[in-house]
Amino acid sequence: MTDKEPLVQFENVQKSYDGEILVVKDFNLDVKPGEFVTMLGPSGSGKTTCLMMLAGFEPATNGNIYLKGKPINNVPPHKRGIGMVFQNYALFPHMTVAENLAFPLEVRKIAKSEREERVNRILDMVQLGDFGSRRPMQLSGGQQQRVAVARSLVFDPDLVLMDEPLGALDKNLREQMQYEIKHLHENLGLTVIYVTHDQTEALTMSNRIAVFDDGVVQQCSTPEHLYERPENAFVANFIGENNRLMGSVEAINGDQVTVKTDSGDIVVASKVNVNSVGERATLSLRPERIFVSPAEGRTPNIYSAKVEELIYHGDHIRTRFNVCGHDDFIVKIPNSIDNVSLKEGKEVNIGWMSEDCLALDG
Amino acid sequence: MSDTSTINSQGPLLTNDGVPLKDSLRKSLRRSKIRSFLLILVPLLFVLALFVAPIGSLLSRSVDDVYINNVFPQTFAQYEVWEDKSILPSEEMFAAVINDIRITHKLENSEGKNIGKNLLGKSGTRMTYEFSGWRSLLLKTVKSATKVNKRSKEEIKPYTWEAPYKEKMIKRDKRWGKVEFWQSLGAMKDPYTMGYYLNAVDLRYDANKNIIQKVEHLRVYKTIWMRTLQVSLMVTIFCLILAYPVSYLLATLPMRISNLLMICVLMPFWTSLLVRIVAWMIMLQQNGVVNDTFVTILPCFEGMVNLPFFGATNIDLCFGDEDRIPMMYNFTGTIIVMTQILLPFMILPIYSIMKGIPPSYMKAAQNLGATPTRAFIRVYIPQSVPGVGAGCILVFIVAIGYYITPELVGGKDGLMIGNFVAREMQQTLNWGLAAAMGTMLLIAVLALYWVYDKFIGIDNLKMG
Repeated sequence: MTDKEPLVQFENVQKSYDGEILVVKDFNLDVKPGEFVTMLGPSGSGKTTCLMMLAGFEPATNGNIYLKGKPINNVPPHKRGIGMVFQNYALFPHMTVAENLAFPLEVRKIAKSEREERVNRILDMVQLGDFGSRRPMQLSGGQQQRVAVARSLVFDPDLVLMDEPLGALDKNLREQMQYEIKHLHENLGLTVIYVTHDQTEALTMSNRIAVFDDGVVQQCSTPEHLYERPENAFVANFIGENNRLMGSVEAINGDQVTVKTDSGDIVVASKVNVNSVGERATLSLRPERIFVSPAEGRTPNIYSAKVEELIYHGDHIRTRFNVCGHDDFIVKIPNSIDNVSLKEGKEVNIGWMSEDCLALDG
Repeated sequence: MSDTSTINSQGPLLTNDGVPLKDSLRKSLRRSKIRSFLLILVPLLFVLALFVAPIGSLLSRSVDDVYINNVFPQTFAQYEVWEDKSILPSEEMFAAVINDIRITHKLENSEGKNIGKNLLGKSGTRMTYEFSGWRSLLLKTVKSATKVNKRSKEEIKPYTWEAPYKEKMIKRDKRWGKVEFWQSLGAMKDPYTMGYYLNAVDLRYDANKNIIQKVEHLRVYKTIWMRTLQVSLMVTIFCLILAYPVSYLLATLPMRISNLLMICVLMPFWTSLLVRIVAWMIMLQQNGVVNDTFVTILPCFEGMVNLPFFGATNIDLCFGDEDRIPMMYNFTGTIIVMTQILLPFMILPIYSIMKGIPPSYMKAAQNLGATPTRAFIRVYIPQSVPGVGAGCILVFIVAIGYYITPELVGGKDGLMIGNFVAREMQQTLNWGLAAAMGTMLLIAVLALYWVYDKFIGIDNLKMG
């Protein structure tokens, strides 16, 4: 990360709609130029509210928002110069695609010839060169999406906001559009703030992800860091798939902790978010970091487990084990010749490394 | 899959059994088609009996002239051979009139009751529409022509009047000697006539069935048509001006307040039309609430004042009793009351369209750099056009045929075509003319509908 001046700065921002409940409770975030920052969280967690405050459609109840170092709390939305892609695109249905794209240029009083040139350029960029004279309703969902992105970029804004822009698309198209937006971001050096509740989308696209819950940012960091080193049980659970074992801390030894699970098994784990002996802890384990029938001494943690269910997924087999008193323990087993011997009801040993097992708040 | 359908590149698609696929499809759908037809049968009959049939009879009545042709067949036959229509016809035509009168006069219905006299009376009425005076002339002549010689001893007593008739008739009533009466028969000789329609726009046929203007003092309907259009147009415009902001508030205010506002909009709907009109009368008449308020609260100042730049000026700011504004029983009254009554018809369609415009459009427009005003004009208004169109059409159509309000508050210069239709139906009993005017209203409405479809598209018409 460079030490450039932040383009956007949220400073102790709070938001309440009714004066009784805080929807956003103390939001701080710096976004540097060229960054792709995603706000991720379940619905109602306050992420869209933050975006709306930045776009100027909702006033912040308390705190300041800075754009290029200047406070923008009192700047009306049409003077902020921020591009935005809305959830349902909000393409004007009574205008053609070209008119939609020309709209932001027209209100900026840009001459007609330049307007046309820029509209054509941006249409080519999103591969819709021949669609300028169509109405938005005559386009497919993916094409509408591209027009919406194009419209948010056509007036060269400093910052582009995207509010769940891919929510209305089917899975394949969504993945394709993720790459297209990602490439636009890289090629044009855009600064993007992206809101989604889809963690895969967040992981594949972002430089940084701010995970929201209950109006508070739980963790803000790179995708790798979020996935590998979640700071609390919510983040671990929300990002990626996750097995949880509940227990209490027996001993703390530097970076390692010993946790006794509720079933009485002793597990050695990495210390992340536990502080004292006797405290409740959640052990978080990724399903792909579990070894089935590991060689003796390879992993510090080895337990006997019963195969409850095998679910065929093509490239891997999802296996549900009953281990440590937990009958919903998922392991992803690669579909290779070595692993075909598992049968439902069979007892096997499974194990994991202590650094893959994170001890988080209980 | 290959067995279930046979794709034959030469012929039509066949099913497994070799039946053409289309036939098979039709067969499989027949049952549901019959069922759905049965479901709509009752409303269909209802519409046919109570809407299509009356309108059909209205249309036919407005052009129907068969009746008079049945009563005067010989007369109209003679009219065809009457050569120079600028001079009186020959004896044959006079005789034909007498013969037709005598034949009709004796007509009886199946129960043996005389209906001829009644038929002649009605014919007289019909003829008077073409030239005033026909009715009294005809009835007078009927009396003389059908008088029989009571002293005669024959089985069928002979008529006192005998041929030649020409001189006798002119002697009996000198109107028979006027060529205009004879000429006016020309307009009635065909079983179908456009006469009622011409009448409705102040035109008439001359002796040679050319269309000419009516004489000056008989021209009334053109003014009424123009006024009807003017009132409808003005009411539509005023309704639009008042309804647009209200609809916008209804669509954008929080639910709790907008519901209250909606009740205020709908309240007049739940109140009797008559009650509302009477309330307006109390408000607007010469000694009504509005005028009283003006007289009471407006300052009374009269006299010379020295104004900068203008010097001594005589200023009369007095709103006294003599200044009371006439707002009732005239054109103004009709406009005010109709606007209030028809307002919900404008508000509801606009509201329903506005309700469907997502707020994100306005946000997007502002985000793209448009000021709120600009966003409203460029993005919001165009999207509300279907509602505005529907509201305008609805209000205009209802207004153009409005009857009760102009009747009660219109006075003399606020009357509309609907009042004249009612007058022809109830007072002058010229149903043909009433039907013609009704049909013209219908055509005007359909034309409007067509224009709307052409420019905005009927698919966009949303009534709520």
